[in-house]
Amino acid sequence: MTGKTAIVGNGDGIMVFKAAGVATFPVSDEKNARDTLRKIAKEYQIIFITEDFARPLTEFLKRFDEEPYPVVVSIPSGSGSDGYGMEVLKRAMERALGVDILFNKD
Amino acid sequence: MARLNVNPTRMELKKLKARLSTAVRGHKLLKDKSDEMIRQFTVILREAKRLREAVELELSAVLKQFSIARSVTPSFEAETAFALPSVAVYANCETQSVMGVDVPKVTLSGEKRADGLPYAYSEITGEADYSVQKASELLPKMVELAQTEKTVRMLAEEIERNKRRVNALEYVMIPQLEETIKYIKDKLDENERAAVVRLMKVKSKA
Repeated sequence: MTGKTAIVGNGDGIMVFKAAGVATFPVSDEKNARDTLRKIAKEYQIIFITEDFARPLTEFLKRFDEEPYPVVVSIPSGSGSDGYGMEVLKRAMERALGVDILFNKD
Repeated sequence: MARLNVNPTRMELKKLKARLSTAVRGHKLLKDKSDEMIRQFTVILREAKRLREAVELELSAVLKQFSIARSVTPSFEAETAFALPSVAVYANCETQSVMGVDVPKVTLSGEKRADGLPYAYSEITGEADYSVQKASELLPKMVELAQTEKTVRMLAEEIERNKRRVNALEYVMIPQLEETIKYIKDKLDENERAAVVRLMKVKSKA
């Protein structure tokens, strides 16, 4: 199966990926992002979403974890990473193992 | 633990014993599966963490670089420059099985234009060239991260589900069966004793 990649995020920052061959979907707010995701989830197999939109949509993004595709993954936005991606990993680890084996700094 | 609501007969006893042995075997298998899944999960989790750290670092650099490029170019010019992608990236999406969980497996294939840039050099600053090139280089890594992270999430869910199954067998199903078997055995023994006593009474009267 041939899949396509897309990126959802704040207008300017993601433009650079358009040149790299990724379809870009600029969104302005959370609701917008949710609607866009819903629309493109069937068509695109790999969807990157910037952290500033991924965070409020955490619950919504969980529904994509049931099936192998589409793969929705958060990436840092233009202003740098705020640790959301690591949080996701940490949550998964806590669910599965119940103990912290990687992030035992705090 | 409540015992099951069954008639204390030999038939039931035989059935329950069969069920118990199946439950014990299933419990052992599921427990082994759980152990192996956790082992694989830790490996994949480490990989995901490593990838995410690398990607976040590089991506922040790319985006910063790009925002510099953007800041020196009027926005409409930038938009036209980036309007047409120069490369097409195809992701080959397959699934592979990790401990019976179907997880995504993606390989990228793409066609590149000679310079890999969607615009003429004169259109936009050199900063942009650099960030576009970097972004293209970063893309395979990002896709790998996406794949690994998804695997982590799906595996975590499966481990949780499996754990629930193991616990249900260990703490509910097996004790219940054991107790019911004991109850039926006691009942049958009691019946037997009653029969013996009755016989003795009948004999002593005669």
